[in-house]
Amino acid sequence: MTDTQEAATPEAADSQAPSRRSLLGWGGAGLALGAAAAGGAVAMARVGNDVDPTAAETGAAVAFHGANQAGIATPVQDRLHFAAFDVQTDDRAEFVRMLKDWTAAARRMTAGKAVGEGAYGGLAEAPPDDTGEALGLKPSRLTLTIGFGPSLFEKFGLKDQRPEALVDLPQFPGDALDKTRTGGDLCIQACADDPQVAVHAIRNLARIGFGKVVIRWSQLGFGKTSSTTPDAQTPRNLMGFKDGTRNIAGTETDRLKKFVWVGDGDGPEWMTGGSYLVARRIRMHIETWDRTSLQEQEDIFGRDKGEGAPVGKAKEHDAPFLKAMKPDAHVRLAHPDSNNGITILRRGYSFTDGTDGLGRLEAGLFFLAYQRDVRKGFIPLQRSLSAKDALNEYIQHVGSAVFAVPPGVRDKDDWWGSTLFSKEA
Amino acid sequence: MRAARLTVVTAVATAAALTAVTGCTEKSKGDGDAAIKVTAADAKCETSTKSVPAGQVTLNIENTGSKATEVEILFPDDRIVSEKENIGSGTKYTLTAEVKAGEYEIACRPGMKGHGVRQKLTVTGSGAVAKRNPKLDKAVAEYREYAQEQADATIPKVETFVKAIKAGDLKAAQDAYAPSRVGWERTEPIAESFGDIDPKTDTRADGLEKGQKWTGWHALEKALWQDKKIGADQKTLADQLLTDLKDWQKRVGKAVITPTSMANGAKELLDEVATGKVTGEEDRYSHTDLSDFKANVEGAQKAYELLKPVAQTNDKALTTELDKQFAALDTTLDKYRTDKTSDGFVSYDKVTEEQRKELSDAVNALAEPLSKLAAAVVK
Repeated sequence: MTDTQEAATPEAADSQAPSRRSLLGWGGAGLALGAAAAGGAVAMARVGNDVDPTAAETGAAVAFHGANQAGIATPVQDRLHFAAFDVQTDDRAEFVRMLKDWTAAARRMTAGKAVGEGAYGGLAEAPPDDTGEALGLKPSRLTLTIGFGPSLFEKFGLKDQRPEALVDLPQFPGDALDKTRTGGDLCIQACADDPQVAVHAIRNLARIGFGKVVIRWSQLGFGKTSSTTPDAQTPRNLMGFKDGTRNIAGTETDRLKKFVWVGDGDGPEWMTGGSYLVARRIRMHIETWDRTSLQEQEDIFGRDKGEGAPVGKAKEHDAPFLKAMKPDAHVRLAHPDSNNGITILRRGYSFTDGTDGLGRLEAGLFFLAYQRDVRKGFIPLQRSLSAKDALNEYIQHVGSAVFAVPPGVRDKDDWWGSTLFSKEA
Repeated sequence: MRAARLTVVTAVATAAALTAVTGCTEKSKGDGDAAIKVTAADAKCETSTKSVPAGQVTLNIENTGSKATEVEILFPDDRIVSEKENIGSGTKYTLTAEVKAGEYEIACRPGMKGHGVRQKLTVTGSGAVAKRNPKLDKAVAEYREYAQEQADATIPKVETFVKAIKAGDLKAAQDAYAPSRVGWERTEPIAESFGDIDPKTDTRADGLEKGQKWTGWHALEKALWQDKKIGADQKTLADQLLTDLKDWQKRVGKAVITPTSMANGAKELLDEVATGKVTGEEDRYSHTDLSDFKANVEGAQKAYELLKPVAQTNDKALTTELDKQFAALDTTLDKYRTDKTSDGFVSYDKVTEEQRKELSDAVNALAEPLSKLAAAVVK
């Protein structure tokens, strides 16, 4: 118990008013950049028409407001902290209040500001509103993206609002799903170039959520495995191969409209401008993969390891000739041309959660994909891959979740989920 | 808001300064200028004056009653300024104390227990102890009384535990173990504030410092459940535990308790649950963690209920949330009672990972708003 020695001195109590974290140097500039980009559907840190290659270094802020949520078409940041939550409260009004509190906190954190009254300078007797570990760090292009899982629609009288496209994922061959890493009533995807900024965001939202929601599971990702900026170097996954060469770019408005954003008339109305997210925790059998010959590795992917060029081609971005690849090659099976044009926006991250009890790396790909309709995106694609992909010998899907990602927060008075929860129950 | 807080802080600081200089003398000093004649009988407590100047205050006490008595000078929150215990029937004693200006009470406790008979005492002069919200003084006084009751009720339960050990009765000792801890667990922050008692009574195997001898409940717990034997060492440990806990019982009245420390103490009890009980580390041999869990929550709730009248005025939303979360945690815990009427809980090794997460979630849901109680009290 606190005794007098620990009590605040009158001097301390008399100190300056609660100070908010001021934006430091580049942060301020980043805000301006973000605001400039916010006019379009896609908020990005950019200079003119070219994606600013130094965005990560500048630590710019990404605009929080927009027609679509940031963190989907936004150029992929380096780090991820993803959390799935379960709802504890059965009080709809309380849940809505929390969504509003979350939105307010997210608005501040993505701008590089501390939550609420800040991390210091407040009442000595009270824990500070903000946990403080992001003080002095740049906004780091933090984006926070919310999604609603199928189970949420069993609550709060939302049954009739569940989108048809938000289907429960079927069991695919080879799935070994751990229920403690699967599902969730809602999710927050936090992406940033600085891991501490992403973790700080999830931690503070979880704290605001105590009593209303609880974390069901969460996943850290340390390296992006896909890029939505085609000019930038294609990142490699933990198998050492370039991944996401043909991913949808954040600038490809037409493809985004066709494959990612829920359009007018797709239904339900509250989802217009939203998207659907599939999250899969894919464990890689790293050690056995590393013992596989180069030839076999390249055959499995259908690309060469160095350049990333498709079989028989010289350059990474050369159009692949699928028939030159083995019938079970990963790229061949996953390619839109083998799947009636199916295209999804991938935004996955590599993870390594230490080692397992057998001393093997507990590592793999935390696969994140956005699409306009899961039934016309991930599900048919994964049906094909799970049945035939040569890569399956080296991977295992161990966690899974699907979420309806509502449209963006339009302005300072809007909040996450407003299009869904403003309706009468 | 800020001014009120300063008042509390000043009051606490002054109170602490006071304790350092108070004391009592063994010999009678006769009647000084500030001497107060105290006549302590079985049902009354008469004082010759209600007001004295600040400085050295002398009480000339005479016990005219039939029972031994105890006389104390008390702060408004019932903390002892100075006291004399065990003044025999028909005997006299002179108690002196250095007292600053402020409002006090003189208490006679015939039979040396209970609330006693009280008289007001105003100490006049400059440098007065700043007044605190009387509602908060009341809360602290009632909490101290609660803590004392818990300590008083614990001793017989520990005696039962000790008796079983000394009789070499393993089963009886196991049965008496968890009940012997309840009063302690309810008021643990007070025991911990003394610094020296907790390490002797409640240290776990991993909490030992180099060279520290392992004593207390958990050393006995290991003998009773893991080694399943009672030897001479255990009997010595049992006696030592009782001695240490009697020391605790005697010191509760002098513990420095403030409204803030009560609120933070409530939060700390939940911290204890979150880090020790939910994980099953606290009672790793006996798996009686849920009994301690429940006691921690009850103690936190008591402190909260006493502070609630003030907290409610300052932050209604917070107290509404706390009421709800205390009730929710109780409901969750009730699921683990062995039967609805008893105080017993299921063995914690029978509680699954999934159930532990549910308990942990309920603790977090309560502890987060509870961390805001102190601020709501001093606002």
